[in-house]
Amino acid sequence: MGKILLRKAGINYMKSGKIMVLWLLGAVVLLLPDRAWAMHISEGILPAHWAVLWFVLSAPFVAWGLRDLRLRSEQVPHFKPLVGLVGAAVFIISCMPIPVPTAGTCSHPCGTGLAAILIGPWLTVVVTSVALVLQALFLAHGGVTTLGANIFSMGVAGAFVGYGVFHLARRLGAGWVLAAFLAGLLSDWATYTATSFELASALHGDSSLGALFVAILVAFVPTQLPLGIFEGFLSAGAYRFIYTRRPELLQKPVGGLS
Amino acid sequence: MKRVLIAGAVVVLLAFSLWFVVGNFKAKWSGVDESVVEKFAEQANRPPQKPLIDIGEGDLPLFCFLVAGAAGGFIAGYYFRELFPPKSKAKADAKSV
Repeated sequence: MGKILLRKAGINYMKSGKIMVLWLLGAVVLLLPDRAWAMHISEGILPAHWAVLWFVLSAPFVAWGLRDLRLRSEQVPHFKPLVGLVGAAVFIISCMPIPVPTAGTCSHPCGTGLAAILIGPWLTVVVTSVALVLQALFLAHGGVTTLGANIFSMGVAGAFVGYGVFHLARRLGAGWVLAAFLAGLLSDWATYTATSFELASALHGDSSLGALFVAILVAFVPTQLPLGIFEGFLSAGAYRFIYTRRPELLQKPVGGLS
Repeated sequence: MKRVLIAGAVVVLLAFSLWFVVGNFKAKWSGVDESVVEKFAEQANRPPQKPLIDIGEGDLPLFCFLVAGAAGGFIAGYYFRELFPPKSKAKADAKSV
């Protein structure tokens, strides 16, 4: 009798947990604003030659990432589900507007620092490209002509900085939680620094490139400073979860840079 | 005890957030694309153009984001379950092997 009661109590506890998650999801959906733009550069902002240049610079990273995906999928059995999960996570995270109460504005994290730790920087460029294409086509979130620039800032800069920071911190003796936190934090800031440079280089005209770059970067600070810290905690939390549940997913797979 | 502490921390965080939100009640909560990217683009006479597929105004963008979030969440959940099966299923699989 006692066991039955305990089991019922356990089921009720699980049900109440699920209901709470549903409530939270509902609240998030209701709080979504009608547009969720952030670092994505919108259609038509970059002149044609700059848009083409960023496509040309991003293309080799995407091509190498696709090669990496083919090779590692053949060698590691659980690799495709991991890439699928990370890709979906990057897509969701990068179109999820988060209000920053201290600034009164909204922006989104990128998820590329965490992705780079889990699947490597080259593949992060690939999943970021897929996410950005879908967002540009179906959500008016970033432009098609500015896709190359957006891939470079979020995919290339975010992924390689996150990956580099994580491994540098580990080599310097930092714990993995701190390393994951720094990777998330600095990959977010690197993305917005790259966006500032892309905008400044295309829009500075006769004025100073450096001055405009600093002006745009400073304008991002009130929103991105706290959001970067949030992304750091997000990365550390997700890394800790995987480390405790399936640490073998974090081992270095054969044949890839991760 | 640990769960109570975490729940307490979350409540305090939410209370602080609510306090800041009330303090910024008149804020527009626009994205940084509007408050930063578009501002500098317009100053340089490069205002944004309409997107290739314009999802318009009103509730349609909200619907599109909701569908995208639901689809992304479904895919993430599907792969999550594959990578992190429930403990009972993992035990059953291990026994069958």
